[in-house]
Amino acid sequence: MSNQHNCENCPVHHKENLIRLGIAMDKVDYVIALAGNPNTGKSTVFNNLTGLRQHTGNWPGKTVTRAEGGFSYNDKRYKVVDLPGTYSLLSTSTDEEVARNFILFGRPDVTVIVADATRLERNLNLVLQILEITDRAVLCLNLMDEAKRNNIEIDERTLSKELGIPVIPAAARQKEGMMELLAAIEEVASGRYICKPHRIKSRSAKLNHAIDSLVGKLKQQFPGLPNLNWVALRLLEGDQGMIDAVNSGELGTLSPSLIPSDI
Amino acid sequence: MENKEKVSGEEILSLANTLRWDLGMNLHDTVTESIYEGASKIAKKTVRVKDEKSSVNWDLKIDKVVTSKWLGFPIMFFLLALVFWITVAAANIPSGWIASLLIDTLHPILKNGAAAIGFPWWLSGVLIDGAYLSVAWVVSVMLPPMAIFFPMFTLLEDFGYLPRVAFNMDSLFRKAGAHGKQALTMSMGFGCNAAGVVATRVIDSPRERLIAIITNNFSLCNGRWPTQILIATIFIGGLVSSRWAGIVSAGAVVGVAVLGIFFSLVVSWALSRSVLKGEASAFSLELPPYRPPRILQTLYTSLIDRTIFVLWRAVVFALPAGILIWLVANIHIGQLSLAEWFINWSDPFAMLFGLNGVILLAYIIAIPANEIVIPTVLMLTVISSGIAGVGAGDGVMFELDSIADTERVLRAGGWTLLTGINLMLFSLLHNPCSTTIYTIYKETKSVKWTMISTFLPIVMGFAICFFTTQVWRLLVK
Repeated sequence: MSNQHNCENCPVHHKENLIRLGIAMDKVDYVIALAGNPNTGKSTVFNNLTGLRQHTGNWPGKTVTRAEGGFSYNDKRYKVVDLPGTYSLLSTSTDEEVARNFILFGRPDVTVIVADATRLERNLNLVLQILEITDRAVLCLNLMDEAKRNNIEIDERTLSKELGIPVIPAAARQKEGMMELLAAIEEVASGRYICKPHRIKSRSAKLNHAIDSLVGKLKQQFPGLPNLNWVALRLLEGDQGMIDAVNSGELGTLSPSLIPSDI
Repeated sequence: MENKEKVSGEEILSLANTLRWDLGMNLHDTVTESIYEGASKIAKKTVRVKDEKSSVNWDLKIDKVVTSKWLGFPIMFFLLALVFWITVAAANIPSGWIASLLIDTLHPILKNGAAAIGFPWWLSGVLIDGAYLSVAWVVSVMLPPMAIFFPMFTLLEDFGYLPRVAFNMDSLFRKAGAHGKQALTMSMGFGCNAAGVVATRVIDSPRERLIAIITNNFSLCNGRWPTQILIATIFIGGLVSSRWAGIVSAGAVVGVAVLGIFFSLVVSWALSRSVLKGEASAFSLELPPYRPPRILQTLYTSLIDRTIFVLWRAVVFALPAGILIWLVANIHIGQLSLAEWFINWSDPFAMLFGLNGVILLAYIIAIPANEIVIPTVLMLTVISSGIAGVGAGDGVMFELDSIADTERVLRAGGWTLLTGINLMLFSLLHNPCSTTIYTIYKETKSVKWTMISTFLPIVMGFAICFFTTQVWRLLVK
């Protein structure tokens, strides 16, 4: 905190670079997805970025359907999609389906994962699952003020190295860390920062082989669909939602426009 | 084309099936486990907790009290009662200001202006006495309580208390076959049923969400609190000496509200065992940490998101209703106005339920907002009983300055203690206001469930009033 004055000379802190666009989202250059566990302050981050005032509340499940907003940063226009908070992408509630379909098939340019710094381990479960299905992500380590109050210290640099994505400590309610977050989003979106996302390694050769042969078939049936590895893994696990989507051919038609958006 | 796709889809699935058998059935668990393992490994490397013991865990301490077996419910009732009391007590003053501006000052100016530019009497009647005045009424009686209630409620929410309410009520709602989060939407309904119905979006399962929507109307909304308080003060507070009148009538109002919670649970139970059969779905509710509420932001969002949103819908419906109210009081067939025809015709039927024709007509034409029921009742009572010297003219809603005047008008209209009690019950159990009905339709997109939500409470209301009246007549006569 003491060297904050030096920070103000850093280009990151030029607030005038940020123009909040509210709901004006035409001609966007990049699409940003905002994901995270419930009650980590995702909606607060969303409001800080877009200047919108989506209702936020201190109870899980506030964002029931996805909300969208826009901002412009360094002359690039961004669209932000606030996804419902979920604990995982594995089981299937409506919330989790909305979130996972968007990250999987909506192909956001950057997925910003908002995590609660006071409950990092539990939040990392979702972070790792998201990193399985996307290459471009930023971790916003929110509620750092509460973590400090609870005497929790987090080694952000090691965390960033382990996850292979930028990690930005923040306190969104106090609007701290938002400029740094914007800079990180820009770096990943523009391709200047290449993520090397953490992937689960404990896969057997047998499993990899099974995935490969399924992906071959899936490619024939659904050309152009991203993340076929992940789809294959879900099929092997017997995910009923995914089986139904293949069976009905619906998987091929999944696109961001089909994901419910309301309000 | 379609056929080919289907074969290919089946092919993929059968390959997946074969491979799954090869890999063993516990693949899902293995994948999940490896994710958890990874998370815990990374957390161990990066998170350090300094001197854990010295920090006092306030969250846990507060939770032990507010979710305790003995104190949980009393604290909950106390906090909610406090919020309602502040709302009712504080809303009167700004309501008076707005009413004196819109009704006492602006209304005569508009009337005179219309007369000056030569409006025919019926046109200025329909537009100014009808449409304008009912909108002015709705704004002046609805805006202040909502602007006080919603911010306070949102502050409790922002602080983190509401999830504890859900936690406390969860077992009750679960026993009724409903979702624990229904406790949250029910509390929201105490502010406004339309907002409560929208809030049911937090419930995942469509079955439980429908139950929450249908039963939300049993939460006594802001628009009905003033009716309850007024009638309780006149007819129930009047039974005891003036020293006890306040407490007794407040107790009667809280009693009606608790009765509403009881009906909410009973109807949920009945629905989940009949048309909406099913088990209560489990949900994990994380009790979030308490956070100091952000006062200014809460004020802003609750005013914009909730208050203005609800008020706008109410205004949209009050406008045509105001026109209708004016018309039924001013269109005459023979000697009598439409209103009087209806009142005379429905009186014998209404008497069966211990109500009267005025009340029935008021509830029909005041459907846009429960707030305008009492003004409409007074206006209709004056028309039908022909009291001289009160009121503002046929089809013009008014409210009297003193409770004593209101009592005089109602007694002249034939009201008794039984009428008062039945009106309180009927105010709890009748159709939702048109704003809420429309919201239910928007949320369920089903005419059938909208109709059920609308008519179920009316049927219950008539049944309860009938029962009370018959018992009363047996016992008292």
